[in-house]
Amino acid sequence: MTAPVTAELPRSTGGKLPAGEYQLGPVSAIPLGEGRAYAVGAAQVAVFRLRDGSLRGLSAVCPHAGGPLADGQLDASVVMCPLHARTFDLRTGNCRNDDLAVPAYAVREQAGEVILAVPGDPS
Amino acid sequence: MRSVDDPDIYVVGECAQHRGEVYGLVAPLWEQATVLARHLTGTDPTAAYHGSRTATKLKVAGVDVAAMGVTGPQRDDDEFVVFSEPRRGVYKSVVVRDGALIGATLLGDMSKVAFLTSAFDRGLPLPAERVGLLFDLGAPPAEVGVAEMPADTQVCNCNGVNKGTLVSCVTSGVRSVPGVMAQTRAGKGCGSCKGLVQQIVEWAAGGEVEDDPSARWYVPGVPLDKPELMAAIRAQELRSVSSVFAALAPEGKEDAASKMPLASLLKMMCGKEYLDERDARFVNDRVHANIQRDGTFSVVPQVKGGVTTPDQLRRIADVADKYGVPLVKVTGGQRIDLLGIRKEDLPAVWSDLDMPSGYAYGKSFRTVKTCVGSDFCRFGLGDSTTLGIALEERYQGLESPAKMKLAVAGCPRNCSEALVKDVGVVAVDGGRWEIYVGGAAGASVRKGDLLATVDSGEEVIRLAGRFMQYYRENGRWLERTYDFVPRIGLERLRALIVDDAEGLAESLDVAIQASVDAYYDPWREAANPATPGQFASSLPLIPLPTVPVRA
Repeated sequence: MTAPVTAELPRSTGGKLPAGEYQLGPVSAIPLGEGRAYAVGAAQVAVFRLRDGSLRGLSAVCPHAGGPLADGQLDASVVMCPLHARTFDLRTGNCRNDDLAVPAYAVREQAGEVILAVPGDPS
Repeated sequence: MRSVDDPDIYVVGECAQHRGEVYGLVAPLWEQATVLARHLTGTDPTAAYHGSRTATKLKVAGVDVAAMGVTGPQRDDDEFVVFSEPRRGVYKSVVVRDGALIGATLLGDMSKVAFLTSAFDRGLPLPAERVGLLFDLGAPPAEVGVAEMPADTQVCNCNGVNKGTLVSCVTSGVRSVPGVMAQTRAGKGCGSCKGLVQQIVEWAAGGEVEDDPSARWYVPGVPLDKPELMAAIRAQELRSVSSVFAALAPEGKEDAASKMPLASLLKMMCGKEYLDERDARFVNDRVHANIQRDGTFSVVPQVKGGVTTPDQLRRIADVADKYGVPLVKVTGGQRIDLLGIRKEDLPAVWSDLDMPSGYAYGKSFRTVKTCVGSDFCRFGLGDSTTLGIALEERYQGLESPAKMKLAVAGCPRNCSEALVKDVGVVAVDGGRWEIYVGGAAGASVRKGDLLATVDSGEEVIRLAGRFMQYYRENGRWLERTYDFVPRIGLERLRALIVDDAEGLAESLDVAIQASVDAYYDPWREAANPATPGQFASSLPLIPLPTVPVRA
């Protein structure tokens, strides 16, 4: 018997945005140099706020063993998964120390809000 | 070989003498025959025999014998190590010249023949303690001899890397130990195979190992070793991880893998003056709990010296019920672990427990395991629980290059396993305490070295603190005391810490007192999160593999 662990992530809110774009809430909800996880449509996305203030988005789940990438440590170019230190390029999603990759998302700031684009998403 | 007076007469084997040597073994004969064949077939008329390095194993009159190279020292500075036990029919000797094995003789005990043969044939690096050439000293299996290890032998048991993979990585052009480790992930788990990985890389590269200067850096992103780094931090009065990158990293570039070790180092150096940047912390230190494979956390409240109360146990049980804790586990450090706690529940769990953090998640002072001691045990010589609690109360939560596990035993029966702890204390008759350092019973097993025997618990607390501070200031990142103590050497540690031979003691005592004064219980953050969303879930919505619930 297993107890499934589920958690409620902040969901994208409404707002008049182009198709495939989601408003995820205030940038200030993500501390500098850290990441936070969001449910975006059917996807789970980790959004990172670099120390220079710019934003990056990757799929929230490490493809190696399911680690939560939003809990990883990052610098200007990579995030390290907290479970086994798989290191992913924040722009491409490619893993630097394994034959793995995660989807990368375009993410930007607009009027203090995090805006994330999901390619091919019609909503 | 040719006859001296007739170039048409060739000889091989023990009918001939070559440079004063008559070889009675078959291996030199094969080498001589190879030369002869080249002459007879004309493939290489310049081929010449220059003598053989012989290694052989025989059974003579029922006694095992192995001999290779010379049997005794020939030059003044040759090292000659001999062990002789005639009654048991055992004799062993080795001759070392310029760090290489040039001869060995074994009689009656062949336990080291495999390593000696490969050391002799391939010039492998030798253990600094030469007696290790004659006996197994409980060292890791590294000394079996990497040469004859089969390619499919698993070297890194954490990440499943075998010898063949390491060798092909070297063959493909990677010539540094850190390079091979990065590419294959060997040695990146518990780290206990690093020595063996190094030997295999050295063997596979045939002595052409590139020195990787980054191997001596304290962190990968700042090109300085620990003393240089600490000196620069002091000189420039740096107080935060970001300021260290800005001042000392190439082009001021921050580096994800360097953040955690820098945060630990700065906290150790600056105490209350440290400017804490939360992104520099590993997730465990951000949320003061240990992340598990499913992204949940484990919570271990402090139970000083392993001594608890019915009231604490009731609160722990209530928390386990209230939050549906899937696994309640008694730890090896005599504490109680609540596993499978969701990140967002952590603050409520802490306030319901109303106990301080046990720091079971950090590279830090963890716990002091104790036995029952003189209050109840009929064999007890010293009050181990009281001393254990006092040690934990004083040094709780201290950050260090790697975790520190302690124990106090009330008599030499050693029920709390004090001989295999980073710092272990054992009561002996006469009201005295022995202090052991550098013990381990994890990825490595090592009996601690006796640092000192002292007359009082206060003296134990003082010397243990001084040792831990010296380790905090001089240990490499993730270097446990079981590597640190042999690296520095017990005699030197004794001189520095017990005898104060270099006048360091006072500054070590002052430094650790500052760290003790800077202690705070991080679980008090429950009421006031340090960052927005500090305890927000990072778990995806899909259910991940979870800890099985046992009835």
